[in-house]
Amino acid sequence: MSQTMIIAERKPLEEIFGMLEPYRRIAVLGCGTCVTVCMAGGQKEAEELAAAISIHRKKEKQEVSVEAFTIERQCEYEMIDQVAERLKGFDAVLSLACGVGVQTLVEHMPELIVLPGLNTKSMGYPEQQGVWVERCLGCGDCVLHLTQGICPITRCAKSLLNGPCGGSADGKCEISKDVDCAWHLIHDRLKKLGRLDTMKEIQPPKDWSSSHHGGPRTIVREDVRLESGK
Amino acid sequence: MKAGSNLEKVINSGQFAVTGELGPPKSADVSALREHGEAMRNYVDAFNITDNQTAIVRTSSIGVAGVLLQMGLEPVVQMTVRDRNRIALQGDLLGAVALGVKNVLCLSGDHQMFGNEAAAKGVYDIDSMQLLKAFKDIRDEGKFIGGDEVEAPLSVYLGAVANPFADPFEYRVDRLEKKIAAGASFIQTQCIFDLERFKRWMEMVRERGLHKKVAILGGVTPIKSLGAARYMKNFVSGITIPDELIERLKGAEKKKEEGLKIAIETIQQLREIEGVAGVHIMAIAWEEMVPEIVERAGLYPRPKLA
Repeated sequence: MSQTMIIAERKPLEEIFGMLEPYRRIAVLGCGTCVTVCMAGGQKEAEELAAAISIHRKKEKQEVSVEAFTIERQCEYEMIDQVAERLKGFDAVLSLACGVGVQTLVEHMPELIVLPGLNTKSMGYPEQQGVWVERCLGCGDCVLHLTQGICPITRCAKSLLNGPCGGSADGKCEISKDVDCAWHLIHDRLKKLGRLDTMKEIQPPKDWSSSHHGGPRTIVREDVRLESGK
Repeated sequence: MKAGSNLEKVINSGQFAVTGELGPPKSADVSALREHGEAMRNYVDAFNITDNQTAIVRTSSIGVAGVLLQMGLEPVVQMTVRDRNRIALQGDLLGAVALGVKNVLCLSGDHQMFGNEAAAKGVYDIDSMQLLKAFKDIRDEGKFIGGDEVEAPLSVYLGAVANPFADPFEYRVDRLEKKIAAGASFIQTQCIFDLERFKRWMEMVRERGLHKKVAILGGVTPIKSLGAARYMKNFVSGITIPDELIERLKGAEKKKEEGLKIAIETIQQLREIEGVAGVHIMAIAWEEMVPEIVERAGLYPRPKLA
């Protein structure tokens, strides 16, 4: 099974048609990595969406010219450069990348109108064909060593750190019978490993400043930078 | 004595405690709540006030506690970690104590998706265990979570919840033990319908001597109708209702009387279980029956302690 890091899903067609309404020449730009693997924004999906836009405009008796093409990663300037000239010929670019791709496009080519064709959902992997699950929230302070590889921040609907709440029933979360109780899974795994004692310790409040709650995060590694940032 | 509340005094005296739940209204008109409070005045030792229960917007638990205090009634303020971060929770503890609140019950809270603001951002900055520990540290160490000092000492009697009917079952006693370590002096359990499971849980509690470290108040809810029983069985998070009980209600001619009888029998059985320190009556949308339940269960009059 192929790997996916960022998982996304196409926005509803009506929403896409609505945001594209003012534009006549439209590029649907696919992204060849994460969103291709999760079947949301690759070349195939770009072509299908371009066709849907054309049909919609025909029905509405509004002119449009749509082209679909794809670059390997919209989150890298070098790859955007490969299609930079071509993109300039459109009134709007409907990006089928994740939110990072959309913003990288805008930062690199501020003259473009770039619209999001996808909703970026999560970081996870394909658990089975057609099912993508979330496994990391990017909280910035990993606790997987405490829970033996099962993330309560991501997988518990309340991000609890001290065991399952009173809503855990038959291994499922109170929010849905389709959602596993993360702490039930952690409990069973710790038990199997003879490590249940770790669940008896009171875990202190988490430092959320390492997460998005501390504001947008930037990592600077002087050891690998080409020029010093001073 | 932690705060000298009436509830704490009753519990410490070794007498079987009785608390009653009052659910704040979906408006700022607290007249019905006042009436219920008045009717229950001499029948319960303290009034438990829910905090936007099932994630439905209601008058705040601290606001209602203020109303009860004006009436000379003793509130137990529930505080969940769903809607407030550590700044608001700690600030609200101070505010509640400043109002005269002496009992605070710490819990996670039902997930926001159950309520009338399902699009809300769930906060869950800290969990219920951390909330309890934070409040204990404010009281006992004079320190906030961040380490800053509380400028003047305060006293509060802290409680927590336990759900013996949640899973994994074997973990539920560990969790109780953890809550005691975190600072709980009293425990309110989820509604007890499955007495057998509750008794098994209490056995485990006694094996570890936990009943001597914390006052366990068994949760009792009178069932108003067959529909209510089915609804709780199927849709209320954390509640289990055995089929026998549903059958018993189904077979009963007078459903309401049967519901009351079941609640009263449950209380009587709880009184027989070693280590159960009292009951917490949650007569949801049926508050007017609390005095009758207390009386018929043989728990009236309530102790008057100076």
